[in-house]
Amino acid sequence: MGIALHQIVFFVAAILIIVCSILTVTTKHLLRSATYLLIVLFSTAMLYFLLDYTFLGAAQIIVYAGGIVVLYVFSIFLTRSNKSLYAFADKGKLASAAVAAIAGGVILLMCILSHSFALQVAPTADNEVTMDIIGQALTGTGKYQYLLPFEAVSILLLACIVGGIVIARKK
Amino acid sequence: MEYYLIVSTVMLIAGIYGFLVRKNLLAMLISIELVLNATDINFAAFNRFLYPDHLEGHFFTLFGIAIAAAETAVAIAIIINIYRNMRSIETKDIEDMKH
Repeated sequence: MGIALHQIVFFVAAILIIVCSILTVTTKHLLRSATYLLIVLFSTAMLYFLLDYTFLGAAQIIVYAGGIVVLYVFSIFLTRSNKSLYAFADKGKLASAAVAAIAGGVILLMCILSHSFALQVAPTADNEVTMDIIGQALTGTGKYQYLLPFEAVSILLLACIVGGIVIARKK
Repeated sequence: MEYYLIVSTVMLIAGIYGFLVRKNLLAMLISIELVLNATDINFAAFNRFLYPDHLEGHFFTLFGIAIAAAETAVAIAIIINIYRNMRSIETKDIEDMKH
């Protein structure tokens, strides 16, 4: 029962991701593209929950759905590019890009499917990464602990805030 | 695990295709978002299925999400600034920056 439910949820998320990520890049309406991106990001969070990375899924929803997609929607309205007349390149470039993408995808899928991975864990095992472990790993300096990247990301975000203000400021 | 990799491969290819064919800077940025998200899924899946005792992939994904957010914010600031100066964010109109 548990395994069956797990698989059903996975396939729903997988189909949502595949369909909506293709629609994201093929729709002409830019606002719809952002909405499909939102669905893709939510389904990705669903995959993280399935992998028992609960914190990762929550971070995905908060950062992407709460922050980035809102930014996209606002900037689509601000730049009035919702109904873009020149949404796509011309036919020849479109065809060559499609051929290149599909060929690359086929090669990648062949590589993935012909390689046998040494699996370590059953996907349904209950081994959730608790907040305790994440907190310990983010604030320590030992092996497999990540205080330095954590601080580097905070500096990056500070630089990003300052850079955003400098770029967007009126002359 | 192969199923996770297939899903992320399709997402990656959709992102690359979108990046190649779109002519609007915001649409290209949305495609980049798809590519980044596909790599994040890969990190999480590899971590869970191949090295379940470690957490490197988990934290790499966490930092990847943070950096993607920062990158998007700066890129959107630049795009809005370009729009303010040129009244357009189509790639064909931004060629005069080359000179």
